[in-house]
Amino acid sequence: MPDKMHIQLTVNGRNEEFLAEPRELLIHTLRERMNITGPHVGCETSHCGACTVIVNDKAIKACTMFVAQANGSEITTIEGLGNPDSLHVLQESFREHHGLQCGYCTPGMITRATKLLEETPNPTEEEVRFGMAGNLCRCTGYQNIVKSILAAAAQMNAAQEAAE
Amino acid sequence: MVPASFEYYRPTDVSSVIALITQHGDDARVMAGGHSLIPMMKLRMAEIPHLIDLQDVAGLTGITIDGFTVRIGAMTTQTELIDHPGLRQTAPILREAALQIADPQVRCMGTIGGNVANGDPGNDMPGLMQCLNAQFTLIGPDGERTVAARDYYEAAYFTARSEEEVLTSIHFSARGGGYCYEKQKRKIGDYATAACAVTLYKEEGLCAGASIAMTNLSDVPVWSKAAGLALDGTSVDANAVKSAVEAAVADIDPSEDNRGPVDFKVYVAGVIIKRAIESAWSRA
Ligand SMILES: Cc1cc2nc3c(=O)[nH]c(=O)nc-3n(C[C@H](O)[C@H](O)[C@H](O)COP(=O)(O)OP(=O)(O)OC[C@H]3O[C@@H](n4cnc5c(N)ncnc54)[C@H](O)[C@@H]3O)c2cc1C
Ligand code: FES
Ligand code: FES
Repeated sequence: MPDKMHIQLTVNGRNEEFLAEPRELLIHTLRERMNITGPHVGCETSHCGACTVIVNDKAIKACTMFVAQANGSEITTIEGLGNPDSLHVLQESFREHHGLQCGYCTPGMITRATKLLEETPNPTEEEVRFGMAGNLCRCTGYQNIVKSILAAAAQMNAAQEAAE
Repeated sequence: MVPASFEYYRPTDVSSVIALITQHGDDARVMAGGHSLIPMMKLRMAEIPHLIDLQDVAGLTGITIDGFTVRIGAMTTQTELIDHPGLRQTAPILREAALQIADPQVRCMGTIGGNVANGDPGNDMPGLMQCLNAQFTLIGPDGERTVAARDYYEAAYFTARSEEEVLTSIHFSARGGGYCYEKQKRKIGDYATAACAVTLYKEEGLCAGASIAMTNLSDVPVWSKAAGLALDGTSVDANAVKSAVEAAVADIDPSEDNRGPVDFKVYVAGVIIKRAIESAWSRA
């Protein structure tokens, strides 16, 4: 069996160093090794987006990345975006607009949506739907997810304008 | 879904990659974005004792446009293709095709090199590369060589690339004209049921050269020379389009799978090829 590798990650601002087999999937590193359980395992086959996290500024599916590939990177999960005392605008918006039912897809949805709103700060409904195509939801029918993201975009833009 | 264990390497130059492949032979494989390879490894359909990650290898990234010549490094991601302003101007068909691949998370990992290198018939870029008459640059223990996309694909997962060779870049000539990449899929993010790439030129109301290639309608991408010739010199009227579609359909050989039976695929191919030609002509 190949040796374990020394891995260094910065996860939600914290330095983490450990030994791991290179084949360990990043989603398992986060959930099982670090107890960061916001990112979920939905399909484990790169389709559902429940495992979405941000690695070096890209929203990716953590079930389709080896920990060895991520070695040296900076990772942000839903836990790094907001917390119960200070929610991210998107988290607040999902709550306000009922953007979830069971909530299983929500951390992945919100994590991807933060990148979508960086790429396209003022998206149309179609751009939201297209930009969220990598995240599946089995409950909501997407309507309220789209509404939540559009409302968050409007709020972030208004805050930006007020600041300028 | 845990893949078999492997030894992991992250070299920083191409010669180290070649040295590792030469040393480990069949047991070694390169990985680009991993978004075709990792799913196969998780299903244990690929077992790779020595995995060589290309992410830090120098010289495999970047898009350069020099006059009509476009050169794209193998490790360029689909997202980078979509976002590149020069490419959007010079060869917008790449953006049009890349936007129809998978979803945003996959596109920011999947690379053009990984998409064209291994001969997966479902991938969208190989057909497009044949349409554009792109050339692939390969480096191996015996040096560098160039293979035309139209000569590269031999059968599903069999290509002209030897196991010791790495694809480093792709280049093609882009001379403007009309273009279209049209794709029929079961749902957003899916591989093609049928897809078609068309480029063509219009001079004084007539077609002055057309190139037509198709995705996932045989075990290799199909460039139909006869379909392009059927448009050449015509005003791309209904008759010419009909002849071109018939010529293109005569060159495909789809097989039945979970995207449908052969008759259905042939039918869908006809619809998609027609749409692609008409759309390309309307933009010429
Ligand atoms: C959910 C999902 C949906 C998808 N949908 C589509 C789709 O609709 N259309 C489509 O075209 N693709 C689709 N893909 C595939 C995706 O675009 C892949 O990422 C891409 O085809 C392969 O690129 P990669 O960089 O991930 O390659 P990898 O997975 O890293 O490698 C793929 C193969 O190519 C070899 N290879 C990679 N780079 C090189 C190189 N430079 N030289 C030599 N060999 C090399 C590897 O050894 C491996 O055999 C989908 C993937 C997923 C997960
Ligand atoms: S668990 Fe990763 S995409 Fe579904
Ligand atoms: S809220 Fe249940 S899967 Fe989306």
